[in-house]
Amino acid sequence: MSYVKPAFRHPELPRNELGYTKHDYEGGLSTLCAGCGHDSISAAIVQACFEMNIEPHKVAKMSGIGCSSKTPAYYLGHSHGFNSVHGRMPSVTTGAYLANRDLIYLGVSGDGDTASIGMGQFVHAVRRNLNMVYIVMNNGCYGLTKGQDSATADVGSVSKAGSVNPFDAIDLAGLALELGGTFVAQSFSGDKHQLVPLLKAAMHHKGFSFINVLSPCVTFNNNAGSTKSYDWVRDHMEATATIDLVPLRTEITTAYDDGAHQSVELHDGSTIVLEKLAHDWNPRDRNSAVRALHAARDEGRILTGLLYMDEDRPNLHEILHTTSEPLNKLTHVDLIPGASALEKINAGLR
Amino acid sequence: MSHTSRTNDFVVRFANVNGTGSASANLLFAKSIYRMGVPVSPKNIFPSNIQGLPTWYEVRVSEQGYLGRRDGVDLCVTVNPQSLVEDIRSVVPGGYLMYDSTKPLHEEMLREDITFLGIPMMQICTAEYQDPRQRLLFKNMVYVGALSALLNIEFGVLEQLVSEQFASKAKLIPPNIKAMQLGVDYVREHLPHPLPFGVERRDLIGDRVIIDGNSACALGAVYAGATVAAWYPITPSTSVAEAFDSYCSELRVRPDGTRNYAIVQAEDELAAIGMAIGANWNGARAFTATSGPGVSLMNEFLGLAYFAEIPVVLIDVQRVGPSTGMPTRTQQSDLTLAAYASHGDTKHPMLFPSTPTECFDLTVAAFDLADRLQTPIMVMTDLDLGMNDHLTAPFHWDDTRSLDLGKVLTAEDLDALPKYGRYLDTDGDGIPYRTIPGTHPTKGAYVARGTSRTRMGVYTEKSEDYQDNMERLTLKWTTAQSLVPAAEIHHSAVPTRDGMLYFGTTTQAAMEAADLLAAQGQPLDQCRLRAFPFGADVAAFVETHDRIFVVEQNRDGQMRQLLIAELGIDPHRLVSVLNFDGKPITADFITKSITRSVTRSTTA
Repeated sequence: MSYVKPAFRHPELPRNELGYTKHDYEGGLSTLCAGCGHDSISAAIVQACFEMNIEPHKVAKMSGIGCSSKTPAYYLGHSHGFNSVHGRMPSVTTGAYLANRDLIYLGVSGDGDTASIGMGQFVHAVRRNLNMVYIVMNNGCYGLTKGQDSATADVGSVSKAGSVNPFDAIDLAGLALELGGTFVAQSFSGDKHQLVPLLKAAMHHKGFSFINVLSPCVTFNNNAGSTKSYDWVRDHMEATATIDLVPLRTEITTAYDDGAHQSVELHDGSTIVLEKLAHDWNPRDRNSAVRALHAARDEGRILTGLLYMDEDRPNLHEILHTTSEPLNKLTHVDLIPGASALEKINAGLR
Repeated sequence: MSHTSRTNDFVVRFANVNGTGSASANLLFAKSIYRMGVPVSPKNIFPSNIQGLPTWYEVRVSEQGYLGRRDGVDLCVTVNPQSLVEDIRSVVPGGYLMYDSTKPLHEEMLREDITFLGIPMMQICTAEYQDPRQRLLFKNMVYVGALSALLNIEFGVLEQLVSEQFASKAKLIPPNIKAMQLGVDYVREHLPHPLPFGVERRDLIGDRVIIDGNSACALGAVYAGATVAAWYPITPSTSVAEAFDSYCSELRVRPDGTRNYAIVQAEDELAAIGMAIGANWNGARAFTATSGPGVSLMNEFLGLAYFAEIPVVLIDVQRVGPSTGMPTRTQQSDLTLAAYASHGDTKHPMLFPSTPTECFDLTVAAFDLADRLQTPIMVMTDLDLGMNDHLTAPFHWDDTRSLDLGKVLTAEDLDALPKYGRYLDTDGDGIPYRTIPGTHPTKGAYVARGTSRTRMGVYTEKSEDYQDNMERLTLKWTTAQSLVPAAEIHHSAVPTRDGMLYFGTTTQAAMEAADLLAAQGQPLDQCRLRAFPFGADVAAFVETHDRIFVVEQNRDGQMRQLLIAELGIDPHRLVSVLNFDGKPITADFITKSITRSVTRSTTA
């Protein structure tokens, strides 16, 4: 089936600084299950791009295979997209980024696509610090093949069919931190107020921005006993939020706040203000972020928000000393050494 | 067998231990013959190892200009006790064996029908040099010097080459020349010289150069305007990426030090091809280089690129596979793997260079074809072509040449179009128009994906849309047949209904075999394939011959299989001549195989 959304929108929809309405950032009609967490993430992407005044064609939407990887069809209809093969979105994005350093690369992946088949490519993308946003829509199961456990399913989590997952979960945010990820965040698809500013900060960051988004699977992993269900995550977050769990809320703003807020000034002068509730945590200190994540895990809490960022590590183009002009814009003159250079090479081979 | 007065026609085999610096001494020997104007063809036979195992270097000298490997070693220079028994056996009756006589040979090793030339290389070096490393390295130069006296190689040519080699380390020039002189002196005082075969100065080289195929492919990628290379180390393709890096660092760095290229050593071959595909999708020319095991890993991505219609160039330097054992030996055994790589209905154009010059030209052509056809193009070389030095025509570039970037729409093009559909076949050749991300704010965007889409680029699961797309891809394949390089066809002086078909590194040996067979009264027309899919010229060649010998370097006759499958040929008309021992094929082998086959069929 092909799906086309009705094009009609209210003529007086609000416009951003570029004159675009939110409609200009939307894509086709979603074919995911009603209530899927992924659709909320798609909506957050639309909102973030609209608010960031991004020209839609300056974004490349990258994905692998799975429910999550279908979503690029549902947002940013004026952007090019690449729905590649299972677990290989990072390499395709690396190549695309090498070809043109000026676009925003918005990669989406799932927990199967990243934590299992694509683990190798994921860790190397983190290592290389390519300038991209890497979103994992993490539901702890394989949705598109009907509900098998994934490697991010928590040990003891019960599947819809009633089986108990015997393996420890891979903590993707912890792994990204360990590998030197330069922007590591965690969020929940149901928490738009946190997710939209995180996405904006991630797109703003000039390196590898990782956001692990818990995104419940309404069809195959929303049952009692699952630790990735809406109820579990919501109940848990609510409970921990009032007692000791602390979503580390972030938003980009230019103003300082008092009290529990910590302001992080970025190199370009903009500021991220964090409502900092974990008292021993510093978003610029990787060890502190690792400790906070471990402590939360030990206590069964989900630590959300911006965990860590490092603006100083060079990104892949800086490491490779690539010219500032995108490689795909270079012409014959820049690239072809010509006949006389070839004659010299011939002479050296005699 | 008599070896009297054979000038410029012999084979010298060096038996060394790898990791002892013999490679540069051996190259020096080969290059001195080249500088004397005589055609020469060196081949390395080396283990999958860094230090300590036997390695051989065969140098064929041929006044007639035959550059394929030849059976029969006239002179074996052995400095490796490990392989000595085998090396002594390798020499033709009447031939010579040079060995390090610091220690005497066992009596049972001696052969009556060859001449042993003992030179106390280690003893000479121990007396002359103090440093153990120098003793080992200069031993190689001693035998090069000795060879110059035995084979009449001009000492001045060797001196000149050594001076060029160590131009930046001038201190090393005199001791190297001294070591060679010690070899010369020993031969003059103790051994019969010169040998009955040797080198005489000629002017048979013309403007030809000496280079390996991997460097030539890399240079081709530079001239094709490739800006992104992604690769994973694997013998024998590694030096393609390394040479690309080296040429780019000379030719593609801006005055401010920034680079007009990006090279990534990927985490594996899957990532390497993924990066190359991502870069091509985004409008840069990108490639990867690998060998058979890498092509296996790249299969899924190759299918994606075929269906999503994304250009990509893959250089496959073929070897014997898989895994351990013979990865450092040559073969042409990835043909069916590459031609039909991936799941579903897929097929991919392949190009078959036979010389480094053609590695350059066909790599450039591969990028143009990839962009024109929006599909993966495989350049099929092999270890023999890629890693050995070859005498080859100089590289040529026409400054008025423009690159064919294919059907790519600009923002202006998109504005002028009433409606854009990524997979519309506007021109009737099966090739749609593509757009590069970031081109236009509101027009031309599409999502690249796998099997099915409408012609407008919208996701679909409708059977008729899928089938329509597959039929267009078939039409595109037909277009490819007319765009790939034509075969090279030679007609025998005597009319014949017998043909010989070959490609790649089989070429030199096959052409020599054709001469030998013609002399025996067995004329053959020849067809050198340069590409898959086969064009009308190949079909016509097959059509006009009753019996065609298909010569290739694999066990299963893979090219024969492709010919039968793609051209619907009666299999009985295609007779396989197959060499698959991991060593480059020889004219002698081809001649004997064809003679045997002809005799069998005429007596049957």
